[in-house]
Amino acid sequence: PVAKAAPGSPWFSDEALTPKSTITSYGNFYEYGVDKTDPGKYAPGLLKTRPWTVAVEGEVLKPRTFAIDDLLKLAPLEERIYRLRCVEGWSMVVPWVGFPLAELIKKVEPTGNAKFVEFVTLADPVQMPGVRSPLLDWPYVEGLRLDEARHPLTLLGLGLYGEALPAQNGAPVRLVVPWKYGFKSAKSIVKIRFVREQPTSTWTRAAPSEYGFYSNVNPEVAHPRWSQKSERRLGEFRRRPTLPFNGYADQVASLYAGMDLKKNF
Amino acid sequence: MHPSPATPRRAAPIPLPPYTPGRGMLATIKIVLFAVCLIPALRLATAFLGDGLGPNPIEELQKALGFWTLTFLWITLAVTPLRQLTGQHWLVRLRRMLGLFAFFYGCLHFANWLGLDMGFDTELILDDLTERPFAVLGFVTLLLMAPLAATSSNRAIKLLGGKRWQALHRLVYAVAILGMAHYLWGVKKIALTTPLIFAALLVVLLGYRAWDRARRYTPAGRGEAPGEMPRVVPTVTVQPVRFMERPK
Repeated sequence: PVAKAAPGSPWFSDEALTPKSTITSYGNFYEYGVDKTDPGKYAPGLLKTRPWTVAVEGEVLKPRTFAIDDLLKLAPLEERIYRLRCVEGWSMVVPWVGFPLAELIKKVEPTGNAKFVEFVTLADPVQMPGVRSPLLDWPYVEGLRLDEARHPLTLLGLGLYGEALPAQNGAPVRLVVPWKYGFKSAKSIVKIRFVREQPTSTWTRAAPSEYGFYSNVNPEVAHPRWSQKSERRLGEFRRRPTLPFNGYADQVASLYAGMDLKKNF
Repeated sequence: MHPSPATPRRAAPIPLPPYTPGRGMLATIKIVLFAVCLIPALRLATAFLGDGLGPNPIEELQKALGFWTLTFLWITLAVTPLRQLTGQHWLVRLRRMLGLFAFFYGCLHFANWLGLDMGFDTELILDDLTERPFAVLGFVTLLLMAPLAATSSNRAIKLLGGKRWQALHRLVYAVAILGMAHYLWGVKKIALTTPLIFAALLVVLLGYRAWDRARRYTPAGRGEAPGEMPRVVPTVTVQPVRFMERPK
């Protein structure tokens, strides 16, 4: 039973949902190939989501390894309709299912030393043929500041369109951080580490001048190779302007008060 | 190296008889080639209109049109080495059409960006050109192709005179290098496989010309009329060992 997003809640959007067929056939998941249609073609036949565990460790009082089925019961599942803006300039509107990452954080009780959260994803060459190529440093790693991870918008994604997460969308458990570029939302997570130092994300390691740690959606900060001022919503013909923090500025801009967002891109 | 007496001597290549298609044959070949060159455009148009390009068709179209622009440019550049290596000199008569198709796909690539991607929105276009230097590079490349396309008729050759026409058309090397740079600059550093294949082919195509030029100006090749195939088989720079027969 999933609580539907209702009009008036901050998790609701009356924008047209991107069709499920688009969400499941177009995206970047380089563990399955660099073409945007590769994940939809290969992930469903290759990724095994049972058994699956997520180890939570590091600067926490109660480190724990969650079996995926226990994780699904950790907190009430809810629907969240979020915009997703890819750093490449396209966007979708996705009805996610999941619960706030904050619920999990509460359970493991981070120590005072925990300043950042690192997400490590699966890198099994059998299930993910893409990791055999040295395109990126596998496994794919992402990170958030602890306050970003605790923010009520930050979701532990377990499904979409009312169903379990499709393999190509990062089954069985992924991150959803709607005010950041899509690549921050790590897929198929196997480990969550609470750490003192800012983790180096995979994309930052690969191209530090192009992808920063924060990677907040920001129309004022261009990617070195293209403008971020506009985007194409999949299914639409004309480009639309990109909004600061992907339209979630009211909820999250305060997290970055006083920070130079051009420097901390 | 000392070849053992048992080693059979490599048979001399049998030169292909010089072939020149007759008028009618050449016309037929041209018509077929024209149709073949149009296939990518027709297939893309059908896919675009019929939802066959996936959820982000404008971007797919842009990539495909760029791919075909460079592909036709590379094929055009392959004509000279191909005719020299095979002796099929009539191939040069297809070069103009191939070059014009490269320009045609380049124009479609540009038009797709301007019209479908940017929606003719001046603000978006200026923004893209200022924040996307590789887009500017693409635009410059297309601008440089324009005079080549414009002077591709027999009349233009006559008007300019062969030498000047040839000098102008050496611009094609700049076009190829800039087009290559535009491609490499525009892709993710981790999706370099196809661009690097293009780059390697370009190195071969341009390298062949450099090699050919150097070969002509070695002592053995000197004195040949430019544009002629040198009759001397590979220049031997090292004094051959006595018992090896030199080609006469």
